[in-house]
Amino acid sequence: MSARERLPLPFGIAIDRSRPLGYSFDGRSGSGYAGDTLASALAGDGVWLLSRSFKYHRPRGLFSLAGHDANTMVQVEDEPNVLADRLVLREGLTATPLNGTGTLTRDRARILERLHRFMPVGFYYHAFFRPAGTWPRWEKLIRAMGGLGTVNTGQKHGYYDKAYAFCDVCVIGAGPAGLSAALEAAAAGAEVIIIDDQALPGGALSFAREEVDGDADALRRSLLSQIEAQPSITLWSGAICQGWFTDHWLPVTRGDRLYKVRAAAVVIATGTIGQQVVFRNNDLPGIMLGSAAQRLMRLYGVRPGTRAVILAADEAGYGVALDLIDAGVEVAALLDLRTEVPASPLAAAVRERGVPVRPRMAVAEAVEGRNHLSAVRIAPVVGEGTLGTAGETIACDLLCLSAGGVPNAALVCHAGGSVRHDAVSGRFVVASTPPDLFVAGSVAGTESFAAAMAGGRRAGWQAARAAGFSNPHEPQVEPAMVAPAGPMPWPIFPHPKGKDFVDYDEDLTVSHVRDAVAAGFDSVELLKRYSTAGMGPSQGRITNPVLYRLLAQATGQSVEAVGSVTVRPPIGQEKIGHLAGRGFDPVRLSPIHHRHQELGATMMVAGTWLRPAVYGEGGQEASIRDEVRAVRNGVGLIDVSTLGKIEVRGPDAAAFLERIYTFAFAAQPVGRVRYALMTDEVGNVMDDGVAARLHAHHFYVTATTGGADGVYRFMQWCNAQWRLAVDIANVTAAYAAVNIAGPRARAVLARLEGDLDLAPEAFPYMAVREGMLAGMPVRALRVGFVGELGYELHVPSSCGEAIWDRLLAAGQSEGIRPFGVEAQRILRLEKGHVIIGQDTDGLSTPGEAGLGWALSKKKPFFVGKAALELRQRRAMNRVLVGFVQTSTGPQPLENHLIFAGSEVAGRVTSVAFSPSLERVIGLAYVPPALAETGTALTIKGTGGRLIAAEVSKTPFYDPENRRQEM
Amino acid sequence: MPLRLLRFGLGLARPDTRILPLPQELKPHYDVVIVGGGGHGLAAAYYLARQHGITNVAVLDKGYIGGGNTGRNTAIVRSNYLTDDGVRFYAESMRLYQTLSDELDINLMYSQRGHLTLAHTDASIRTMRWRAEVNKHLGVASELIGPDEIARICPQLNLSRAVRYPILGALSHPVGATVRHDAVAWGYARAAGRLGVAIHQGTEVVGFAIEGGRITAVETTRGRIGCGKVLIAVAGRSSLVCDMAGFRLPIRTVPLQACVSQPVKRFLDPIIVSGSLHCYIWQSQRGELVMGGATDPYPLYSTRSTLDFKEGLMAHMLELLPFLGEVKIMRQWAGLSDMTPDFAPVMGKTPLSNCYLTAGWGTWGFKATPASGKAMAACVADDRPPELIAPFRLDRFRELDQLGEAGAASVGH
Repeated sequence: MSARERLPLPFGIAIDRSRPLGYSFDGRSGSGYAGDTLASALAGDGVWLLSRSFKYHRPRGLFSLAGHDANTMVQVEDEPNVLADRLVLREGLTATPLNGTGTLTRDRARILERLHRFMPVGFYYHAFFRPAGTWPRWEKLIRAMGGLGTVNTGQKHGYYDKAYAFCDVCVIGAGPAGLSAALEAAAAGAEVIIIDDQALPGGALSFAREEVDGDADALRRSLLSQIEAQPSITLWSGAICQGWFTDHWLPVTRGDRLYKVRAAAVVIATGTIGQQVVFRNNDLPGIMLGSAAQRLMRLYGVRPGTRAVILAADEAGYGVALDLIDAGVEVAALLDLRTEVPASPLAAAVRERGVPVRPRMAVAEAVEGRNHLSAVRIAPVVGEGTLGTAGETIACDLLCLSAGGVPNAALVCHAGGSVRHDAVSGRFVVASTPPDLFVAGSVAGTESFAAAMAGGRRAGWQAARAAGFSNPHEPQVEPAMVAPAGPMPWPIFPHPKGKDFVDYDEDLTVSHVRDAVAAGFDSVELLKRYSTAGMGPSQGRITNPVLYRLLAQATGQSVEAVGSVTVRPPIGQEKIGHLAGRGFDPVRLSPIHHRHQELGATMMVAGTWLRPAVYGEGGQEASIRDEVRAVRNGVGLIDVSTLGKIEVRGPDAAAFLERIYTFAFAAQPVGRVRYALMTDEVGNVMDDGVAARLHAHHFYVTATTGGADGVYRFMQWCNAQWRLAVDIANVTAAYAAVNIAGPRARAVLARLEGDLDLAPEAFPYMAVREGMLAGMPVRALRVGFVGELGYELHVPSSCGEAIWDRLLAAGQSEGIRPFGVEAQRILRLEKGHVIIGQDTDGLSTPGEAGLGWALSKKKPFFVGKAALELRQRRAMNRVLVGFVQTSTGPQPLENHLIFAGSEVAGRVTSVAFSPSLERVIGLAYVPPALAETGTALTIKGTGGRLIAAEVSKTPFYDPENRRQEM
Repeated sequence: MPLRLLRFGLGLARPDTRILPLPQELKPHYDVVIVGGGGHGLAAAYYLARQHGITNVAVLDKGYIGGGNTGRNTAIVRSNYLTDDGVRFYAESMRLYQTLSDELDINLMYSQRGHLTLAHTDASIRTMRWRAEVNKHLGVASELIGPDEIARICPQLNLSRAVRYPILGALSHPVGATVRHDAVAWGYARAAGRLGVAIHQGTEVVGFAIEGGRITAVETTRGRIGCGKVLIAVAGRSSLVCDMAGFRLPIRTVPLQACVSQPVKRFLDPIIVSGSLHCYIWQSQRGELVMGGATDPYPLYSTRSTLDFKEGLMAHMLELLPFLGEVKIMRQWAGLSDMTPDFAPVMGKTPLSNCYLTAGWGTWGFKATPASGKAMAACVADDRPPELIAPFRLDRFRELDQLGEAGAASVGH
């Protein structure tokens, strides 16, 4: 690549010529300057061919130079789909083109273009599927051809972060309107954030020319210095507002950060997107928007070509011509689609400089030479979208399109506003805006800097007022300033031989669209879905106005009547990493967590918590059995801090429990603990725990680790309706809890100083006591989930490690051993206790789960009672029973199915080898007919192997429940 | 090159003969009026005409056909459900899908990718084993697999144990597939239209004339239509339309969002789902990553999209596939899910004697399209639900006889 000389100042305001930067593209090195984008640096080096198109592999170059099209997409090392016209150049940047087959300049897959006749619109719906089995082969080929950039599946998670920002008024777009709006809003007292997607703020002021001898850049600098002097305005350049969400919630990507901006009011001053003009070969490199050519010159000092033709339908096209002439580009002709050349100073100046200005002329066809525009064939406009006989051919390497703009109003549409076609002016206009969102500048239809600034001031004033800041001086906009300058001509000139592109991303031409309409896809959304128009990375920004016009033409409707497709976020270049941020996923740790780590516990995920599964890493099966035996024969200690803990206090506390749980609590004496089972409105088991009565008006209730948050929410939800006099507090995190269990538990506790009377008659089974233990305030509950003498000790979470340490120390002589969740599961299984969520499913009733005893028959109401009564009228079709494995060989696993003949009769919910009974035991759902103790069961185990089992009474261990009541 | 494309290219056949039927005037009376021109309604219309010879049928849609959840879902089909009734029904739907391209003469791009539902906790391992055992018993390919096998099927997944939710196993469903969703609607519309069914787009139902427990006429924005029978197939609007017909549904309507990335070169073949992390992903033929998550946490009749959805989804996506950070999101959207208490659909008769309902399709309606259409056509024609859908009757809720499919919804809700 040969570095060409850049244009002298005043061209090139964005680049710093003292800081050259080296880069490489497609394996060749080049150089640009600080302030360049990759696209401008490449253009500066004379490289115009940037990519190959999706379907036909046609050559594509820069078009908008503003990030609106996807032609400039490149691969930057491991990052796919980077827009080169948004990519700020940095030293050593390495980029490669997308979608090439062979080399960028000689793409072998361009053969596909020759086959275009065999690929009509939606061709893949009509072929490749017969005979059966054909499609997978074609799909493989199509998938290999599809896709743009490449992801490196070995790439590491990059660093992204997020920040919040707040303002009274958020202005999107730092052009003349946006800057004026910000100044006006700030003058009223509002805090303002301006978001601009370009590296150099100023919008059209930085590149457009509306006067023969104007100095837009001076105006730009003046506005920016006022902005800088205003401390309540923050300006973010190079930042993209990716969407508008409810209540002015604006995600803004800037570098590797996602800002989440909450504004009280929003001004949208995002300008326009240059309108596409359709003719044969309208996609060749060298064909670009007039504004793109101006950006190249004004911002980057790059000459966009040597010999230019301008296709204009607006005043701006004449400014482009003057700029090109000033930059030393020969302007061979200015074709104006309109019937008359305007009598404006710009037009006069263009003529004065010897440019042939040709009204009612259009480009019929662009001619390709070496992957670039080499000439245009021109033709007179004879009607809406129709041309007369093509006439002369003009050699050129640059064609600038300046046929007006379409409002860049995606954010307005996200917010519920709309854009419609105005038949009188032939333009698309913002038709409605939602409350507290204001539009200003060319997105709102203004065509001069002065009008944009006036509109901006007004919008800024309105936004500030909406945010609560009033300024008595209400800026006005004179209607004459915003009146459109004459009707905009029809910009679509289909060519009989095609290649007249409507959508660059998808390689769609006029006939594709017309054929789709003819096939019945005659409403905008259907047309889009069938033709894929607007479904590529540029999301229809450039395509849609053409599509609507073609649809209107094909169906004989007005453009307004065809409507528009839904515009959805994001705007563009929003990365998955931006949205994910640092990926913070909270984990809850027990107050005793570090002790478990010190003891080498293997941790497991339990809801949002981590819990010790078993202590010690190697030989887990053996460790689990040792832990079980320790509890059965001596004493064990388990951390149960993750249990949900809820305080229910108030005069109606007992009444509340009566309603929310199935059991009876009204008569429960203070100092006693009762089982608490919760069902939902249809009688399904939801959760369980225990309720300890600490006072007539105070219950301390536990819930399962996974269910605690749901139980708390459900309690609040119910009481929002019942209005009982209770206070419900989720104190799960406030308490640490341990369960010391085993025949030696009392002996260990007795070694700690305290005021609890541990004598069995003073502190019996299912009692609760409050007192001091080892200097710590404790709530001690005598419960027996594992079926041994046991005390559940609840202490303030700050005392968690201390109680753990004191108990382990005190129990040393008794051989105390910490045990984990795995051992606890076996211990409770030996006792036949159910685990909610494991031995129950979404439809289990208490009766099925063997918990019928926990339903109060006397209460008039509890949640689920009416439903259970209804369900109990039907015969129960399953019941949870205990079983023992009777065959030798591998044991069944949880959720293996039980068969009666060839039919499924039930399933195993829990199963384990019981170290205490030295056999495999489990729980299973079976039909009532198979529930009799001693009934033989057939379980289909791993690999379909049949396992014999027999229904057994529960508890398997200590059936008389003597041990827990010692 | 396929013969048909050759014929198109050589000018021997029109590339696109009319696919969607021409608009027609409303007739004063139809034997069957189908409310809702989505996949289910159009499929029912097609099977009514094809299998039952009932062709005086009108399909009404307030917008354009396939514009609701048919065009908004993420196009995954599978049959690895949890209940016998569910597995049988979805397996039948998959069976119909496999030959549907040929039957409807349109390439539905049925793409058997394999479907992995990841398990990150032992609770989900247990549920997956349950599903696998039920599936296998009913002849559906489904297996609980461990990390080594997962790595073989999808080496791109992050199988490190040193993450917040390590992957412990997965339910592998090798026949899980994707289908081009829009084409399903178009294919049924074309086939139904050719058999004489009238498809009225832009025709919104605004009320029903009810006499003696039956609907005598349907009021629309284009006028009144007399009807023999009415089938309501309106997905997220079911509660509202049934309310007009005077009966209530036990349905909550919540938005379900999805998004798609810009196209990248093929790197991912299977469909990956994580219930615990509330996310799923597959790569389309065009190279886009199609991604979705859990339903929104509150009921709403709005298809606006949110930022929170994308933030939560993508954080989890990068846990599974950490290398996707620089892939760009292209578009996000939302549909409406009508959720029943037992996460199973409602199909069959209603309190009105000539009114039938297919609803409660929550997040699983697309994969059911052919089976629902076929069964509902039979139900309408015979005034009796076929055995396949009998368990899904509306009055099961009145009797609290639920089906319990919650454990098989692809992501938690």
